[in-house]
Amino acid sequence: MAAEHILLRHLDVPGLDRLDVYLEHGGFAALRRAVTEKSPQEVIELVRASGLRGRGGAGFPAGVKWSFLSADVFPRYVVVNADESEPGTFKDREIMERNPFQFLEGVAICAYAAQAATAYIYCRGEFWDLAAALEARIAELRAGGLLGKRLFGTEFSLDIFVHLGAGAYICGEETALLESLEGKLGQPRLRPPFPAAKGLYALPTVVNNVETLANLPPILERGAEWYRTIGTKDSPGTKVFSLSGHVVRPGNYELPLGTPFRTLIYEHGGGIPGGRAIKAILPAGASAPMLAATDEVLDTPMDYESLPKVGSMLGSASIIVMDETVDIAWVVLKTTRFFKHESCGKCTPCREGTFWMLQVLERLHDGGPAAGQVDLLNAVAKGIEGKCLCPLGEFAIMPVMSGIERFRPDFAAHEGNGK
Amino acid sequence: MTAADVHLTIDGKPVTVPAGTLIVDAAKRLGIDIPVFCYHPKLEPVGMCRMCLVEVGRPARDRTTGEVPLDEQGNPKLFYNVKLETACTTTVGEGWDVRVTSDKALAGRKEVVEFLLTSHPLDCPICDKGGECPLQNLTLDHGPGTSRFVFDDKIRLHKRVPLGDLIFLDRERCIQCARCIRFQEEIVDDPVIGFYERGRKLEIVTFSEPGFDSHFSGNTTDICPVGALTTTDFRFGARPWELNAAASICPHCPVGCNLTLNTRREAESGGAEVIKRVMPRQNEAVNETWICDKGRFAHHFASSPTRLQRPLVRREGRLVEATWDEALQAAADGLRAAGSGLVGIAGGRLSNEDLFVFRRTVEAAGGSAMLDSRMAGGDLAAHFGLGRQADLGRLGAGDVILVVGADLHEEAPIWWLRVKQAAQRGASLIVAHPRPTRLDGFAAHRLVFEHGRSVEAVLGLASHGAEGKGLDRYGHAPELAPAAHAIAEARDFVVFFGGEGLDGAGTQALAQACGSLLAATGHVGKANSGLVAVWPRANDQGAWDLGFRPIDDVGGALRQARAVYLAASDPLGDDPSTQVALDSLAFLVVQELYLTATAERAHVVLPAQSFVEREGSLTTGEGRVQRYYPAVPPLGATRPDWWIAGALGARLGAPEAPASAAGCFEQIASAVPSYAGISYAALAEVRPQWPLVGGDDLYFGGTAYANSQGLGVKRSTGAEVDSTMKIAWPAPPTPPAGSGLLFVPVVRLYDRGTTVLPSMLLEPHRSRQQVELNPADAHALGVGDGARITFEWDGRAETAEVAVVDGVPEGIALVPRSSGMSLLAPTRGRLRTSAQGADR
Amino acid sequence: MTATEIRSGVLRQRHAAEIEAILARYPADQRRSAVMPLLYLAQHEYGYLHAEAIDEVAEILGISGTQVGSLVGYYSLYHDHPGGKVRMQICTDLPCALRGAESFAREVCQNLGIRLGETTADGAVTVEEVMCLAGCDKAPMFQVQDDHGIHYREHQTVAAALEWVEEVRRTHGR
Repeated sequence: MAAEHILLRHLDVPGLDRLDVYLEHGGFAALRRAVTEKSPQEVIELVRASGLRGRGGAGFPAGVKWSFLSADVFPRYVVVNADESEPGTFKDREIMERNPFQFLEGVAICAYAAQAATAYIYCRGEFWDLAAALEARIAELRAGGLLGKRLFGTEFSLDIFVHLGAGAYICGEETALLESLEGKLGQPRLRPPFPAAKGLYALPTVVNNVETLANLPPILERGAEWYRTIGTKDSPGTKVFSLSGHVVRPGNYELPLGTPFRTLIYEHGGGIPGGRAIKAILPAGASAPMLAATDEVLDTPMDYESLPKVGSMLGSASIIVMDETVDIAWVVLKTTRFFKHESCGKCTPCREGTFWMLQVLERLHDGGPAAGQVDLLNAVAKGIEGKCLCPLGEFAIMPVMSGIERFRPDFAAHEGNGK
Repeated sequence: MTAADVHLTIDGKPVTVPAGTLIVDAAKRLGIDIPVFCYHPKLEPVGMCRMCLVEVGRPARDRTTGEVPLDEQGNPKLFYNVKLETACTTTVGEGWDVRVTSDKALAGRKEVVEFLLTSHPLDCPICDKGGECPLQNLTLDHGPGTSRFVFDDKIRLHKRVPLGDLIFLDRERCIQCARCIRFQEEIVDDPVIGFYERGRKLEIVTFSEPGFDSHFSGNTTDICPVGALTTTDFRFGARPWELNAAASICPHCPVGCNLTLNTRREAESGGAEVIKRVMPRQNEAVNETWICDKGRFAHHFASSPTRLQRPLVRREGRLVEATWDEALQAAADGLRAAGSGLVGIAGGRLSNEDLFVFRRTVEAAGGSAMLDSRMAGGDLAAHFGLGRQADLGRLGAGDVILVVGADLHEEAPIWWLRVKQAAQRGASLIVAHPRPTRLDGFAAHRLVFEHGRSVEAVLGLASHGAEGKGLDRYGHAPELAPAAHAIAEARDFVVFFGGEGLDGAGTQALAQACGSLLAATGHVGKANSGLVAVWPRANDQGAWDLGFRPIDDVGGALRQARAVYLAASDPLGDDPSTQVALDSLAFLVVQELYLTATAERAHVVLPAQSFVEREGSLTTGEGRVQRYYPAVPPLGATRPDWWIAGALGARLGAPEAPASAAGCFEQIASAVPSYAGISYAALAEVRPQWPLVGGDDLYFGGTAYANSQGLGVKRSTGAEVDSTMKIAWPAPPTPPAGSGLLFVPVVRLYDRGTTVLPSMLLEPHRSRQQVELNPADAHALGVGDGARITFEWDGRAETAEVAVVDGVPEGIALVPRSSGMSLLAPTRGRLRTSAQGADR
Repeated sequence: MTATEIRSGVLRQRHAAEIEAILARYPADQRRSAVMPLLYLAQHEYGYLHAEAIDEVAEILGISGTQVGSLVGYYSLYHDHPGGKVRMQICTDLPCALRGAESFAREVCQNLGIRLGETTADGAVTVEEVMCLAGCDKAPMFQVQDDHGIHYREHQTVAAALEWVEEVRRTHGR
């Protein structure tokens, strides 16, 4: 069933990354209507009613987040989290590359709702070319009167700037992102206060993911009720699932939330190459517990409320598939190496704990003295649990603990190798 | 108990604290020490180390009914967060129960300690911090007995990283608590150390040139909770439990920071007690828990091998050792012969006791006593001084601070820190200075004027006020009106005045203008308002209070005298041109720590004790009298200055000097009205201070010294006795006439003065024999950085190097004091380069 | 680039307009936000971020050298040591590794005669392994970081990668 694309519309409409094509296909009508016919509060209400949840990984309802902005404090800022760095995630990249104007229109709608006159797109530094293209498109919008002062004859003014990161996954955490944008070390802040109260430059700020914002023009155009007809009750709308790993056709697939794993992996992804058996799934990049690819799991709907029932999380919906040839202990070595490399170092449990876990995993793989090391690894992970300043440390232990719990034999095999 | 108080229990014990109190502080008040590393009561909490994790139970509110359900006892049911929370970042809530020693909290603590120990080296046997280390204590309390971490996996890092030349970093010991970085950024605005790399590789680095370039760097070694940061001065010096502690007061500047001197008996010094390190002693009203690096590192002058140890008498043209009797007799005979031709000159390094007895001795012999100082106005600073309850730490929004003619960052760093903090609390800071200073960034108002015109600036401020009639010609600069308005609206108003660009008469006029401004704006006799002089010496204010007055023209005084008695004064060392006058004296007695250039020409040299060998009292620029205690036994045959002056005086007909410093002080209290009622006992009184430091606890960590030997007492001011408004606008002094550059002496924190020079570790920071020029002037003169020039004034010529500095105003040449050049007051002069003889 | 040239503000001289444009993106009292784009500018000018480059950026923004230098160490894309003419940064993170990235990286290095993290003898290419680049569906892949920016090369084979290295050598001269 070829459902229409809401976010990956470029798959339905060739050339959508050109402004003239985008305008031809109804582009910026949503923004115009919002700015000229609705109040900011009404836009917030509409988005709240749609049930749109943040697509960066936390899944927090966007409209609710916006309603937390401190009243009467100005100026405000919109900051776009385009720091896409979670392993297995490449959806924001495609949206910004191929459907950029819908994304930019979404940023503008958000800015109008938040009553912000400036928006920054914090783009990971590796997206250098993409960022340059985005800046060129922003310039086009300015030239076309779709960005700048007094848009559509109203008092609403907006400018958008691109700010490049420089290679730090932790800057995808919203408070670390704000620190980085302020020119300081990109380390997370204490919360509270939350960005809606004290964000960029200590002013009320909305931080949203690229995909979240790209949803706004369709929602504004077609309404909250329409949006709720897609997906599930608690997870309305479509999601762009990034599928990677041992599949025939890795890529981004926009599907309604609630689509089961099986559909994504086998129908769209072409199944496992060579017809091999599927073994494990990481549903949220490295930042969620690993799932054993049982039938129950494969039939689980991919949405925010169903994943916890099988012991994991949807997160950013970056589905990494692993087949029977994979050594889960090796997978966990990779994820732990990632988190250890990306740990900002601010808090003791994550800084020392990810280092320690990696030491143990490397010893397990290098054939060093390994008796009792799997239990130790689990104990270290448990020691980190619940103590970290930000979610990175908490996520780092999830593949470790779930890996050991659900795939113990893979680990035990390494334990026997050493003295 | 006010409506804003919060009631909660911690480990079952009830406590009531003001709203906004952090859980760690609330626990501290109960005597419960929640372990912390990154938390410090004077820094913004960051919740980084996770050491203070506790269980927090809050009254649960039913979401549907909005009610709080009660338990069987009728108390609100508490919901305990599944996740432990950091006590240092959580402010208390009504009805909470915090569990510090529950199994869950202890397990969390144990785990965090274990994590820290996986990277921390087993250095205790050789680590400076051993014995005063919270990590050590916590490991004993909560650490695992054995390590689960494979030793070979342990991270290996550099252990002797110089951060600049005063501080060493041991990277393995660092626990990344960031206290040092945050202190530098938040408290002293010198962000010259920071993190590098990330994750486990996070390390401290410095990019400043020189490294760790800050006047306050030593404080980071106090607050470092482990042995990662150590000072070059103390590193590997001694074990904390071997050290004795003596309470002292810094001798270097008029702030009067409270010190603790740590000493130890050493074989190397023949069994004598020596000073191993200088630490801050807590006095929240003076220096809080901080000292500047000069106070911390410039103590070696007291133990220098070149110190005088025995009295010297000139026989057959040479100075030879003599007994005290011989020397005192020779001195008395020589001075007696001078009669009223006797001049006594004392320096502001001396204690109140020393100065009091010195003056009495000189006057008993028919002479007059003077203060060796080129700055005046101390009588006005005494009259308009800060009140008894005054505390810079209470200034904030609604108050105004004016700093005129002083560069506090170089002249009195801890005042700089206190003023800066007041500005950050909302006080309106007016910086009035001819060139950029480190306070500018915090100033609400910035007044710029030419060197020598400080008085006009103050008159300009006054011209906008009600009592400023007749001063209009000074009030034209546009910045003056808003600053004057701020003063008019101020609740409290404090004025710091300094001597840059002026001579003695000029500073007297400046003090007069400032005092009158205080009076004209109604800020006399108010608790936290007044005038503070930024003196060059620690006890200049005490000298003024005891009746000393300075002489601008030392050479002239020497020429007119027949005999001279000097104590802590070295005219020849300051100014070579006094040699003729000194050599033509009939008799010269010098009482000193060293055989200075002047002492070499004396007939009698009397060896004095330094501040570490004796007790005494000093009066700070804020008018606080503070007492210091001996830390080490006296060197050789040295005696306290007051004893020497008293013994001399006894032979000259002065009243019998008291047998103790305390006795001297009693006499001061009787003789000087503003010191009435103060005694050594009163000076030794203490009160509990917040934050609580120096206990056996693990909180606030490491090295900090509580004050158990005296917070000092404010002496009263003239205004407290007589608060009639004394407004008298002075005529501004005329700046030196002539063309050519104006040479202006300026103060640099580290100079070549006798009390600083012996500290060799400060050599890279010391001021040089340099003249600082504006780039345009340097260009016109055809000289660049490092060029050797000769500068001439008043018929003298001295050589120096040129430093081209952006902040120097055009037409001005800045000459650092006590750096090898003898310029003591602003003068017009000429610069000559070597080759062409071109000059300006 | 002599020390005096650097001290006199090469960045300001050569890139004045770009610096102004960068500063203008942020509020006037929040210039510190410009430190990251300025570090890229300096890195492209000097090849890597040495002490003088850091001082220059610090001076432009009115912040301390440490406040700038600290960032150089924190972020992976800023380099405090010179590398080859280009940096070949191969993703070997989990999703790419599941599609052969590790053997790709190994073979490329073997062919170039170096280990991961090292630079070829002629100074043309530094080969590094990096974390996820959001190119997981186009693995094996790498990004190229040079004095002009960062560009992706995806759907790679060892042969294609080595051919590209040759092209780099030709362009930059041996």
